[in-house]
Amino acid sequence: MNTKPTRTTLLGTTLASAVLGAVALTPATALAEKEQYVIDTEGAHAFVQFRIQHLGYSWLYGRFNDFGGEFTYDTDNPENSSIEVTIDTASLDSNHAERDKHLRGEDFFHVDEYPEARFVSTEIRGMGNGDGEFTIVGDLTLKGATKEIEIEAEEVGHGQDPWGGYRRGFQGTTEITLKDFNIDYDLGPASRTAELELAIEGIRQ
Amino acid sequence: MHWRNGTDSYGLAAIAFHWIVAAGVIGLFALGLWMVELTYYDPWYKTSLEWHKASGVLLFLVMVARLAWRLANPRPRPRGRPWERRAAEAAHLGLYLLIFAAMGAGYLISTAKGSPIDVFGLFSVPATLTGEGQEDIAGEIHEILAWTLIGLASIHALAAVKHAAIDRDGTLRRMLRPGP
Repeated sequence: MNTKPTRTTLLGTTLASAVLGAVALTPATALAEKEQYVIDTEGAHAFVQFRIQHLGYSWLYGRFNDFGGEFTYDTDNPENSSIEVTIDTASLDSNHAERDKHLRGEDFFHVDEYPEARFVSTEIRGMGNGDGEFTIVGDLTLKGATKEIEIEAEEVGHGQDPWGGYRRGFQGTTEITLKDFNIDYDLGPASRTAELELAIEGIRQ
Repeated sequence: MHWRNGTDSYGLAAIAFHWIVAAGVIGLFALGLWMVELTYYDPWYKTSLEWHKASGVLLFLVMVARLAWRLANPRPRPRGRPWERRAAEAAHLGLYLLIFAAMGAGYLISTAKGSPIDVFGLFSVPATLTGEGQEDIAGEIHEILAWTLIGLASIHALAAVKHAAIDRDGTLRRMLRPGP
């Protein structure tokens, strides 16, 4: 490559030293890596489950088989981390064909109209205070409604995996009121809320 | 008593098959429309669906027997003008096909996740095809086929009334009274 010798001007020198100076003066924390993770749905090391009371006599479990997302983890300031999960509502599975068909219909998730549910974190509280437990605040969009929810979460573990990668995993639960998300089919007084449980394992990119 | 068909008349068996299937199809259609509107706490919420499925399986067995009987018997020729006879034959074939197709689609809804269909506790029909989202696709097809079937059956019934009231050619009467 044919490069012309750079003309050193006063302005150029000043700029260069200003930039260098800024870099040198920046505290180490800002340089700390904000790790990027992709949720390992490919290896199915992540789950989005729900449970709801049946008549008030027992718990019914179901899950969403197709979803995806990513999260960041700020090693120096964990509360600066974030997570985003998108769920394919039609992938709902409660192990019962007729019930699943009903749940995908207009009475519940209305998946033709609202094929996607989404959670985007807005704030993380209490992460990195040593006990591994924290709260993720964020917006859940489901069946056309967006509402702020709080997920009580804990860090399960992190480290090298046996295949040359690096993984980090969390577990979180939250409770949602069905009516808040335009689901007002009457399942009885014990079944007006549902619990969501997320088991998330991310692979560092 | 004339059990078997003649060349120009229906026997008692064919007549019984016809009206049992007519009642079954109309009954299952009405039951189907009603049961999907029931609320969760309705006493019929579960039973209606169980009966719909079990009756559907029994009606399938009746249809298989009916088809076998039909193939083993003379087929009375339709009456009317040539185009009417061709239309009648086509409609009859269409009704048979739609009944079996609607039953097949219904079966694929309930067995989509591998569960068998229980028939009034007498026996159960195992699942064969299963797959992700099968209950939704089969459900839409089942509904379309059911409406199409009822539409064609209505035309079939109107044609019978026309034969009785306008043509007065005994077409309806021979499906009511067994002959030689």
